[in-house]
Amino acid sequence: MQLGRVTGTVVATIKAEGLEGVRFLIVQPLDKHQEPVGEPIVAADAVHMAGPGELVYVVASREAAEALEPRFVPVDHAIVGIVDEVHL
Amino acid sequence: MKVGLVAGSVVSTISHPFFDGERLLLCDLLDIEGAAAGYTIAVDRVDAGVGDTVLILDEGSSARQLFGVETGPVRAVIIGIVDEVDLAAG
Repeated sequence: MQLGRVTGTVVATIKAEGLEGVRFLIVQPLDKHQEPVGEPIVAADAVHMAGPGELVYVVASREAAEALEPRFVPVDHAIVGIVDEVHL
Repeated sequence: MKVGLVAGSVVSTISHPFFDGERLLLCDLLDIEGAAAGYTIAVDRVDAGVGDTVLILDEGSSARQLFGVETGPVRAVIIGIVDEVDLAAG
């Protein structure tokens, strides 16, 4: 899993089956010092409480689909936690 | 699997229910020279601590088997503490 900062939201009315009710957020991936690295991604919000400005951790690939109900929702990144603190 | 170095911990109150009670450690991933090459946040299964060199599983199906669940958004898991890595000369 990787750290990310939520920077925005994506609204899509027409979506593939299984994506009903799924919130999409724009997430800037971060390095361990919370500096931006790489291009922003769109991630599904699997904690249902993440919002712009928040530090989150994101799971990628097939495991992202596992984060959402029902199983096998077609997503490739999902926010699975909101970070309170990172201790380095 | 990958070899990593535990660099710190991640505290999260609001998370997917799968992670309730689990300890998340931020690990530098090490290249063959032992230099940091990116990082991952992994679930700790062996009571690793900061400064430990660890073995990290990074595959979801095995991770779910390890936790005894059929579904779960887990992939990176610390599954061992490395004592030593020996490389053949050349």
